Amino acid sequence: MRESPAIHVEEQFDDLSQQRESSSLGMWVFLATELMFFGGLFLAFAVYRFSYPKAFMEAASHLNLVAGSVNTFVLLTSSFLFSLAISAFRDGRKTRTLLLLGVTLFLGVLFLGIKGFEYYDEWRKGFLPGPAFHFQGPDYLHVQLFFVLYFITTGLHALHLFIGLGVIAVFFFLVARSWVRKDREVAIEIGGLYWHFVDFIWIFVFPLYYLLGGGR
Amino acid sequence: MNGIPALLAQFQVLPDQASSLAARVDQFFWAMVAVTGTVLAGIAAVILYFLVKYRRSNPRVDRTLGDRSTLPAEVTWTVLPLFIFVGMFAWGSDLYFQKNQVPRDALEVEVIGKQWMWNIQHPEGKKEINELHVPLGRTVKLIMSSQDVIHDFGLPAFRLKEDVLPGKYTTEWFTPAKTGVFPIFCDQYCGTNHAHMIGQVYVMEPQDYAAWLRTGMNPPPIVQTGGGLYRSLGCSGCHENNGVVRAPSLHGLYGQPVPLQDRRVVVADERYLRDSILMPEYEIVASYDPVMPSYAGRLSEGEIYQLIAYIKSLSEEPPQAAFTH
Amino acid sequence: MSVVFQAVEVDPRDTPENYLSEGGIFSWLFTTDHKRIGLLYLFSIIGFFAMGAVAALMMRLNLLTPRGDLVQAETYNRLFTLHGVLMVWFFLIPSIPSVLGNFMLPILIGARDLAFPKLNLLSWYLFMAGGAVVLYAVLIGGADTGWTFYTPYSSTYANSHVVLMATGVFISGFSSILTGLNFIVTTHQMRAPGVTWFNLRLFVWSNYATSLILVLATPVLAITLFLMALERIWKVGVFNPALGGDPLLFQHLFWFYSHPAVYVMILPGMGVVSELIAAYSQKRVFGYKFVAFASIAIAVLGFLVWGHHMFVSSESVYAGLTFSILSFLVAVPSAIKVFNWTATLRKGNLRLDTPMLYALGFIGLFAAGGMTGLMLAALGLDMHVHDTYFVVAHFHYIMVGGMVLAFMGGLHYWWPKITGRLYPEFIAKIAAVVTFLGFNLTFFPQFILGYLGMPRRYHAYPEQFQVYHVFSTAGATILGVGYLLPLCYLLWSCRYGKPAGPNPWGAKGFEWEIPSPPPKHNFAETPTQTEPPYAYPVR
Ligand code: HEA
Ligand code: HEA
Ligand code: HEC
Ligand code: CUA
Ligand SMILES: [Cu+2]
Repeated sequence: MRESPAIHVEEQFDDLSQQRESSSLGMWVFLATELMFFGGLFLAFAVYRFSYPKAFMEAASHLNLVAGSVNTFVLLTSSFLFSLAISAFRDGRKTRTLLLLGVTLFLGVLFLGIKGFEYYDEWRKGFLPGPAFHFQGPDYLHVQLFFVLYFITTGLHALHLFIGLGVIAVFFFLVARSWVRKDREVAIEIGGLYWHFVDFIWIFVFPLYYLLGGGR
Repeated sequence: MNGIPALLAQFQVLPDQASSLAARVDQFFWAMVAVTGTVLAGIAAVILYFLVKYRRSNPRVDRTLGDRSTLPAEVTWTVLPLFIFVGMFAWGSDLYFQKNQVPRDALEVEVIGKQWMWNIQHPEGKKEINELHVPLGRTVKLIMSSQDVIHDFGLPAFRLKEDVLPGKYTTEWFTPAKTGVFPIFCDQYCGTNHAHMIGQVYVMEPQDYAAWLRTGMNPPPIVQTGGGLYRSLGCSGCHENNGVVRAPSLHGLYGQPVPLQDRRVVVADERYLRDSILMPEYEIVASYDPVMPSYAGRLSEGEIYQLIAYIKSLSEEPPQAAFTH
Repeated sequence: MSVVFQAVEVDPRDTPENYLSEGGIFSWLFTTDHKRIGLLYLFSIIGFFAMGAVAALMMRLNLLTPRGDLVQAETYNRLFTLHGVLMVWFFLIPSIPSVLGNFMLPILIGARDLAFPKLNLLSWYLFMAGGAVVLYAVLIGGADTGWTFYTPYSSTYANSHVVLMATGVFISGFSSILTGLNFIVTTHQMRAPGVTWFNLRLFVWSNYATSLILVLATPVLAITLFLMALERIWKVGVFNPALGGDPLLFQHLFWFYSHPAVYVMILPGMGVVSELIAAYSQKRVFGYKFVAFASIAIAVLGFLVWGHHMFVSSESVYAGLTFSILSFLVAVPSAIKVFNWTATLRKGNLRLDTPMLYALGFIGLFAAGGMTGLMLAALGLDMHVHDTYFVVAHFHYIMVGGMVLAFMGGLHYWWPKITGRLYPEFIAKIAAVVTFLGFNLTFFPQFILGYLGMPRRYHAYPEQFQVYHVFSTAGATILGVGYLLPLCYLLWSCRYGKPAGPNPWGAKGFEWEIPSPPPKHNFAETPTQTEPPYAYPVR
């Protein structure tokens, strides 16, 4: 990657450092917003988990713990690789950056694949809430409630992840075309923040939903 | 009533005071009005005074500012309101405690709200719609639930209200202190005819009330219906001591602390009885097996209430339930 | 002061190039200039306000008679839902922040624009998209849940376009979030040299506090409405007890957003009033730091009191006690502000121009509304007046008597800056007085109604309440005149008003040092603040 002397500073900013700091502060504020968004869901989950522990334990034990654990591993690894990609980018090592971004991208897709497989399996077993839901056992309603929250939370998480994948793909493309130059590294750092955030949310989802069932 | 008195009567500012709580709430209200009114008038007076004195067209007034610290002033008007506020909080909470402290041996009346009417049943079995007849001087405890959305049983003359929720009991009590007819309003928006979900409380002399109970064709007392259900639904098969399954006796249960399997101890109030019938898999009694089937979906609100009333009747002397929520 | 009403023809060549110079519709629709976006918001919210006001007018006319003869119950329920939704999310929340805040905030801190101008434009488009969805929902029949969307009524029983309505609110929520984000970053990053945190104008402080709430609370509303809509569409339980859910959870989540949101609907107004009081007393605001920190305290404590809307919802006694005392605590910073404004007047150089009239009206009506809020926060009274007209009167005192007056005050104060023209002072004063009187006549009787027991959201009511309803409707007509007058003379002044010059009020601040209307990028070169704000000469 070549050094470029002229970087565009938007007209409202005095200089580049102000522009950079603004962008990253903006991203942090945005992530605070996102956190509150998921926070509402976690709160709902906590309240119901507290009120109906039996049904929730029972329901949780039907989740695929192996798939969940693998996915956790996949996502954490991808997050780590993204960090490496950023430092590679800082060092101006284009191929390495591309490679790392590529693997991150792949892991993200893998995560969605595994998640999709899980959804499919749960749907087949009749755990998709709604008319098709069927579950033999006590407290049917609250078992269904668990799955409602499960599908909404993991679904929204997957949506965020999907957006993150789009962002990474764009970076991949831009880095490949040498558009992202060293002095634009704030852009890729912000992308990284977002990806870590997606990871961070999963760190809550996984124990709350999967580990609850006692790992049966 | 015509002419000026009729006009004046229109300007009612206080609703009827039909209970002693109502009088105490009004007292509190007037105290709040007095305090806040004084502060408000004070602020207005000070502003007006400054407006006149320091108007721009008045060059002769001394406008030099000393360099005194503003801190003492700030502390004053932070701490002083704080004290007043804590006082208001304490007084208001005291009334709220009274509202939530249900006295013993109240007359228990069942209230079921549904879009858009109130179904009311007296322990003696008498049913009424949108009307509630109660005897003067006797404490009445309403045990309320809803069949659909959230309603609210508002009794302005008694300065009371409480939401009526589906799937759960709420309660409200009052001791009427004067005979008459007082309004019931549904105070929680519940759909199209929310404004028509209104009714009347008739406070009657006790003997009139007794006579009223006997009028018309009446269903049997609630406890009796509940006892019938208790047998026909098979509860007695397990819970009476001749049963095959080992199940706890329900005699003397109501109001007592129950030790649970998860080492918690809960008081057997209406909420507990209700949940025991509808969600028996939670709150398992210590040293029993969780074999009781759930009756959720098989009983109407009214039947649940009748069963609970019957179980309660198995305890001769209902002890005081501290807080009903 | 006499004002001569005559067209002051200004040679276009005399007005230097400014932010309004560029013409053509696209120059507005694609603008990233914070000032133009502020004006876009101004036009939009006036439109939404007019619709909300027409709904209010129809409600008031319907309530003239006990039987509610004007409209059917279904219609009435749709009217107050529409009124609440439009007034809260499409008028009052964006009123001061998105109009005056957008326009003034960068100027007050010496910046050329907000940190993210394109995002700012996106906010406006999201806002309009949300508004369009709501209007579409209304056109095809509306929703009848009230602005609070309580479950299970909204999610299961209501027979109206609840999901569409909620979608509109949901979309406009993102607009709020982006505006808040933009303001926070701008305040942190874009301050000109010398504009330290304690040299900030109080209007900026209050907008900063507002933005914190917007960013942290709005997403909770989004997820709550999302869950409610899912329950309705998918017919699975989240909040409906018949499906295993808990309706109280909805209320907790809703008020966790909506109580902080009511402070979004007052903090910016407090900021405006601080500016007005300082400018028209020609004096530094008494206890600057206390007023500044009170904004932050309100924003933070405001997150802890939501349960006071649920005192009689079968919330536990202990929850009731906690939320009650916290509600009293959050009133303390408001008290601090009121007393500091009053103290600012002392030894001031006071002039009763229109904006000052509005500011003083604000103090009185906000204090009255706030104090009735204290009565609601007192458990013993709320158990009687909850969901009666007492509550309706309480929040109109704060939202209309407080915030709307502050908005009008701020609009008049900065009008010369925005348009370069003066509004006619005399008629403006009359309008301010008419508004104040009409307001009190409308809403004071509602306190009495509420204490008598008149429930909210009633399309028809027992006869004994009629007198007070008649007063209230009469007042609303007068209030309507009070709103229509400014609409007329402000428009008139755009063309015929006297040219204002850079600083018609002799006020202090960056905005008064640049021409009116301001040039495209506000400042020819980045200004430096050399003295504290409101450094009026000491006499
Ligand atoms: C801008 C909007 C706004 C603001 C700022 C407030 C401010 C306050 N509100 Fe209000 N409120 C609403 C809008 C607002 N409210 C709305 C919309 C509803 C109804 C929602 C619905 O159900 O639809 C509502 C409902 C509502 C309720 C629920 C009522 C019910 O449904 O039963 C309560 C209860 O505690 C309450 C309390 C308060 C309190 C304590 C404050 C405090 O912050 C007020 C603090 C201010 C002061 C106290 C005045 C200044 C102080 C002094 C001058 C000090 C001196 C005074 C003394 C020493 C006495 N409000
Ligand atoms: C946030 C701001 C806000 C504002 C500015 C207002 C403004 C007004 N409101 Fe509103 N109101 C709410 C917020 C607001 N309200 C909320 C949140 C609710 C609760 C909703 C719910 O329960 O869900 C509510 C509920 C509410 C009720 C209770 C309904 C009920 O519970 O049954 C009433 C009743 O009087 C009322 C009246 C008014 C009036 C008279 C005005 C006046 O200020 C309006 C004055 C204006 C006019 C009188 C018209 C002016 C004329 C024009 C603009 C020109 C166009 C018109 C013609 C030419 C015909 N409002
Ligand atoms: C199959 C047998 C069986 C039937 C039928 C049955 N129960 Fe039970 N019930 C039990 C057992 C066992 C327990 C104790 C374990 C538990 O708490 O679930 C119990 C517990 C209870 C409790 C809590 C008792 C306590 O001591 O705290 C109540 C109340 C109750 N049942 C009411 C009913 C009612 C009312 C019915 C009929 C509508 C009913 N039961 C039908 C077996 C039964
Ligand atoms: Cu029932 Cu309102
Ligand atoms: Cu509140």
